[in-house]
Amino acid sequence: MKELSKAYFIAKKDLSAYYLKPPLISWGLMLPIAFALAFYFRHPSGIKEVVPGIIGLTLLFSCTSMAAIVITFEKRIGAMERLLLAPLNFRTILLGKTLGSTLFGLMVAVLISLILIPLMGLHIKHFWAFVSIYILSGLTFSLLGILISVGVKEVFEAMTMSNFFRFPMIFLCGVFFPVSEMPFPLPVLSYLLPLTYSVDGLKHSVLGDNATIPLYLDVFILVGFMFSLFSLSLFIFKKRIRQEL
Amino acid sequence: MDNIIQVRELTKFYGNNPAVDHISFDIKEGEIFGFLGPNGAGKTTTIRILAGLSQPSFGFALVNGHDVLKEPLKVKKTIGFVPETSNLYGELTSFKNLNYHAELYGVPKRERRTRSLNLLKEFNLIEHQEKPFQTLSRGFKRRLTIATALVHDPKILFLDEPTTGLDVMSARDLRKLIKNLKKKGVTIFLTTHYIPEAESLCDRIAVIVKGKIRVMDTPENIKAQVKDTEILEIALDQVTEEIKNQLSSVKGFEALVISDNQIRIHTKRIDQIILPVIEILKQGAQIKTINTVTPTLEDAFVKITGLDSDIMKINKPEKASV
Ligand SMILES: Nc1ncnc2c1ncn2[C@@H]1O[C@H](COP(=O)(O)OP(=O)(O)OP(=O)(O)O)[C@@H](O)[C@H]1O
Ligand SMILES: [Mg+2]
Repeated sequence: MKELSKAYFIAKKDLSAYYLKPPLISWGLMLPIAFALAFYFRHPSGIKEVVPGIIGLTLLFSCTSMAAIVITFEKRIGAMERLLLAPLNFRTILLGKTLGSTLFGLMVAVLISLILIPLMGLHIKHFWAFVSIYILSGLTFSLLGILISVGVKEVFEAMTMSNFFRFPMIFLCGVFFPVSEMPFPLPVLSYLLPLTYSVDGLKHSVLGDNATIPLYLDVFILVGFMFSLFSLSLFIFKKRIRQEL
Repeated sequence: MDNIIQVRELTKFYGNNPAVDHISFDIKEGEIFGFLGPNGAGKTTTIRILAGLSQPSFGFALVNGHDVLKEPLKVKKTIGFVPETSNLYGELTSFKNLNYHAELYGVPKRERRTRSLNLLKEFNLIEHQEKPFQTLSRGFKRRLTIATALVHDPKILFLDEPTTGLDVMSARDLRKLIKNLKKKGVTIFLTTHYIPEAESLCDRIAVIVKGKIRVMDTPENIKAQVKDTEILEIALDQVTEEIKNQLSSVKGFEALVISDNQIRIHTKRIDQIILPVIEILKQGAQIKTINTVTPTLEDAFVKITGLDSDIMKINKPEKASV
């Protein structure tokens, strides 16, 4: 309980110090809107189909944007040392960092959803499923960013790495083209990426039952991603810090 | 008084080089203990190990009764640590930095605000409470960093070169603050390479050179080691190699320090050496002034370590404070 409240304090500080800055927020909003517009001009009738995918993309980009650099950056400026000096264990520190980035990502995605869903005349069919997938996706994507952040030494490496992961996901995870219509062997790749399950789950819960994977499986797999990413990040984080000090 | 810190055979290797080499010492509750040593002596390495930030290669340390390796969190709870560069969060205001640390250290919610405000008052920062850390002057940054390390009421405060890089006035203010903390019962472990600072602040000093403690005592006792010694200080127009060579063959010197055009000779028998010395000097140079000086802690340092005290004045390039 104490650990959770300390993780929350770390998250709150990160939000006010780094995340809630106008450029970061507007950048987070801009990208998905640009994608939505680009798609809309080419294919106005299909836009409803891609809105859940765009929400998934928003989550991916806004959750990873800072998470991927926050730890590298804090190590660089010496601020990470303050967390290591405080009576916190490594797990609490990572939890705090994940939470901060997730809250930020969720806020941006909620804004986007509030714009796109009514604008396209959509109604969420399964509300609680939608919320669960939303939160799980946020946590998973933040952890993906955190994993990059603990694994690299320099801020620019973190940025390169995160784009290396993110851009293929735009095309491979069913945002614009359904995974089931992709030629072999692309779907194999798709099913290795967390965004696939997030997009599938969001489509399922917003549009109804026209999705390929059962909802419970999406949830289950996202939870699996979440725990494995967290354990892996924690392992690397501990090892790195011990080496460096 | 009890020993609040106990260190035995503490050693830290970086690669094959020992940064700290089998050092042992105790610190008593309530005292100001100083590590005095030149750049690279191992001062920072030692206090980082004691603060649980870094792991020793060998040896052990008890801080407040807790083993730093086995119970790092318990150690961290009862200590405050002020690193060499003031590294608070630049975007957060003075007050928010304090409050955030109070949160991290588990200070109860109802006390966070009052403690933060009290510290701001105590450190004369109250009118800067709404300014982001990055906009404060160097001296204020330093003070706020120390205040932050005190927000959870630690029993021990570690200060790594608290006055390095500060102007004379700020440094003096800071020393006053440190003395006040001692009055409140905080045990203080500071590092410095400024001999007068060690002398004026510390109850006991350990002189550390190349990872080893050379001497550890009160400033008075350290000075007593050079009690019967006098110093002959001679200014010349030039110091030639010839003079240096000849001087080193005179008997009765305890130490000879040559800097620029000045020669300092530590001796117990000034009556015996004065004539031979002047004979030597007359041949190659012109004597400007001759003085005898009572030895200071600085001279004791020279005698004990065999190092020129100037080595302590070599300041580091100023590090940008974030
Ligand atoms: N992370 C590190 N990796 C490798 N060597 C290190 C590291 N940190 C310190 N050292 C080495 O250990 C030795 C002791 O360094 P330390 O920082 O403890 O000295 P110090 O007494 O604090 O010096 P200063 O007055 O310059 O702060 C130095 O030779 C330094 O180069
Ligand atoms: Mg140092």
